[in-house]
Amino acid sequence: MTMKRRTFVLSAGAASGLTSLNALGTVADATQVIDKILGQQKASVGRVTLAIPPLVENGNLVTMKVSVVSPMTQTDHVQAIHIVAEGNPLPNVVSFYLSPRAGRAAITTRIRLSDSQRVRAIAQMSDGSFWQGEAVMLVTLASCTEV
Amino acid sequence: MSKTSRTLVTMPTSAKKGDMVEIRIIVQHDMETGFRHTETGQRVPRDIIRDFRCTYNGVEVFRAELHPAMGANPMIIFSTVATESGTLEFKWSGDNGYASSITSKLAVT
Repeated sequence: MTMKRRTFVLSAGAASGLTSLNALGTVADATQVIDKILGQQKASVGRVTLAIPPLVENGNLVTMKVSVVSPMTQTDHVQAIHIVAEGNPLPNVVSFYLSPRAGRAAITTRIRLSDSQRVRAIAQMSDGSFWQGEAVMLVTLASCTEV
Repeated sequence: MSKTSRTLVTMPTSAKKGDMVEIRIIVQHDMETGFRHTETGQRVPRDIIRDFRCTYNGVEVFRAELHPAMGANPMIIFSTVATESGTLEFKWSGDNGYASSITSKLAVT
């Protein structure tokens, strides 16, 4: 029942061109982005740690730290780390591309969060496998709100 | 936003061979998301930095693809292994022909 209603709302929105105007992201959008990253593969849970404060006062500048357990050698290293936010109008946040010369797979940056949501990190290893980690946080003041 | 802006790199000037060097970069940029509207209801067009690259003596060691969800004045802290003395070059490029770069020397003992 709920699915039907959701489908209806989505299609009605798309028909009137509302979805492109509304700055609303959906979990489905994020899943689509992740599917594109993974291709035919599946991401195992683990090895990736995503550190974001559980309570964020201002979504405009949120410090995020992502790290992946990896020896970072020529044969076994992290090739890429993708950050995907489920509640942002555009799920893609940032993608990092690493090489063994990075020494370790740990990166800190500052991102925007438009809502309380789940942020996911997908790491692509040199052997072709994917690993993922996630963080859930509450955002009191969303970004994209101020004029 | 101008086509170039101030950049800042914080990293050690010397390191032992094989050591991890932590690099902290900040670039001045509004990172206009394209999701905001003015008081009259007009959409503010997207204007962001899209790409960041770090090369170590000409070899790419780190690259990042940025999206509107990166905070204003993008800051990234990453690391590289000190292999040889030389120059690290940091380059940003983005919408409306934005481009900036900075170099930093590293002496490896």
